[in-house]
Amino acid sequence: MNESSEHQVANAPASEATNEAMSEPTGKQRRDLAISDETVIEIIDMNKWYGEFHVLRDINLEVKRGERIVICGPSGSGKSTLIRCINRLEEHQKGRVIVDGIELTNDIKKIDEVRREVGMVFQHFNLFPHLTVLENCTLAPIWVRKMPRAEAEEIAMHYLERVKIPEQAGKYPGQLSGGQQQRVAIARSLCMNPRIMLFDEPTSALDPEMIKEVLEVMVDLAVEGMTMLVVTHEMGFARQVANRVIFMDEGQIVEQNDPETFFTNPQHDRTKLFLSQILH
Amino acid sequence: MSEAYVRKEFVPPEPPPVTSRGIIGWARENLFSNWWNTLLTFLGAYILYLMIAPLVRFALIDAVWTGSDRSACLGPEVGACWAMVKAKLGQYIYGRYPEAERWRVNLFFLSLLTMVPMLIPSVPGKKWNVLFVLVGLPLLSYFLLYGGAFGLEKVETSLWGGLLVTLVIAVTGILASLPLGVLLALGRRSAMPVVRTFSIAFIEFWRGVPLITVLFMSSVVFPLFLPEGVTFDKLLRALVGVAIFSAAYMAEVVRGGLQAIPKGQYEGAMALGLGYWQMMGLIILPQALKHVIPGIVNSFIALFKDTTLVLIIGLFDLLGIIQLSFTDPKWSTPVQAATGYLFAAIIFWMFCFGMSRYSMFMEKTLDTGHKR
Repeated sequence: MNESSEHQVANAPASEATNEAMSEPTGKQRRDLAISDETVIEIIDMNKWYGEFHVLRDINLEVKRGERIVICGPSGSGKSTLIRCINRLEEHQKGRVIVDGIELTNDIKKIDEVRREVGMVFQHFNLFPHLTVLENCTLAPIWVRKMPRAEAEEIAMHYLERVKIPEQAGKYPGQLSGGQQQRVAIARSLCMNPRIMLFDEPTSALDPEMIKEVLEVMVDLAVEGMTMLVVTHEMGFARQVANRVIFMDEGQIVEQNDPETFFTNPQHDRTKLFLSQILH
Repeated sequence: MSEAYVRKEFVPPEPPPVTSRGIIGWARENLFSNWWNTLLTFLGAYILYLMIAPLVRFALIDAVWTGSDRSACLGPEVGACWAMVKAKLGQYIYGRYPEAERWRVNLFFLSLLTMVPMLIPSVPGKKWNVLFVLVGLPLLSYFLLYGGAFGLEKVETSLWGGLLVTLVIAVTGILASLPLGVLLALGRRSAMPVVRTFSIAFIEFWRGVPLITVLFMSSVVFPLFLPEGVTFDKLLRALVGVAIFSAAYMAEVVRGGLQAIPKGQYEGAMALGLGYWQMMGLIILPQALKHVIPGIVNSFIALFKDTTLVLIIGLFDLLGIIQLSFTDPKWSTPVQAATGYLFAAIIFWMFCFGMSRYSMFMEKTLDTGHKR
């Protein structure tokens, strides 16, 4: 029984698109990616409730600079809520969250300071539909970083080139495909030159044909050493890029390990069940 | 199984058949699609003819264009007495504003044109234009129309009338109600309990009373609370009343737009580090206001027409002054009232239709093709 499930896991492609996207950075390269000793995110005994519902329970997590963490788990397990607590889109009620040396409290100044350094990519892109792609990218640098327009546009074009859609700069988000929109969203975050990137199910709302193009961009980012926390079910991505996989259920971190061990030798029964459900 | 079906060539797109294109296609589909619709089309055309023909006869064919008093407009088959309107046009536009000073009113009308570039999206310098219209224009208008400074003779507001009063009230109401309404709408959705409660109370109070009551209160009840000798100008009180009243309505229109903005837009803006006012000003309001342009312009049109209510507190707007002129025996004819009301209707319709067309233009211009 155990053997067969292991065999299954080892051969299971999470999805074809992922596998192709991952062909470039091999497992060896991944291990070479540098992780510094510097702690950038520290979460200590964090708890959160929605009304009576205890969404996050005793979360402890330490993230080093350059780490690439994939968070997975069944829906409603609190994984999105967890990363949204990191830039205070959600408020925690107990415990501490320290990002880049700044503790998140009700102090709006500190929250904005953290948000400037932490980029976020959403499941539904959340691009601003009334602004062009270029304006989407330059808005925050101009208004938050007080950067001159010309410089902001130069940086925006640089990142749009990196996500391979510079030719769409003058279009409105509504004119782009889902995959293109998500790449714009990534470029928009990068324009703020963030030290940490949060991804909240970045490929879940995409058509199968478009998942690959977004994952490729994310892999590139990882290779460059960006600190990333990614909520995703793209197990191929986790296997190839992550240096740590976290499994959550019922608002708790159930298991975390390096991806190889996590996939080939899960410890917790809940993890085993989950993996047998999603890897087929 | 037999041979698999595989498409060898893709079919290129073709234009639709002739019968479904152009005027003919449109008429065929909408007017003459079957015998019943054809019958309705002809019936409708006949009814239109019955209604429009007499109007055209009255307003154009049988109308009297020249004349110096009522004798020109007497007779059995006489239409609109435009000669009267021509003779009284000055009164309709300026009220009892002294004739020697009417150039000031003309200048005021001209200064209203500074709003035009603000309303066209492609013209640059919006920031300064808005600033001028919200600050410079009211000051300029005040000194120009009321005078009492810069060597301009003082003209009491009791002498103002006609189109001048209509435009002063409407423009003030429009310029004040939109920003006030936006602030109230934001206040009503604010997380701060004091701000929210105040906004709700303010909106619900002013929305709960009829405009006539507001005007009556401002001219009859309000002075009772003032100490002896302190008076506010009647027109000023009407202006404040109209502005506050329409701001409450505007707030609810804007709130409707705010509620249509998905939560993701707020989160996207916050995640980039934008502050509250930046988020509202750059991301949320531009989209929310765009959604409710029809509602906003609807309020503006209602406000424009509601200016006629100031008649009941003794201010003579365009309609009021036209009605007043019916008492003039010099032009007393059977068609006097009909002509006056028709003229008032034409003027009001022109302004309101203009606003309506502008709203459609803006909707089209601001449409960035996001349908999600």
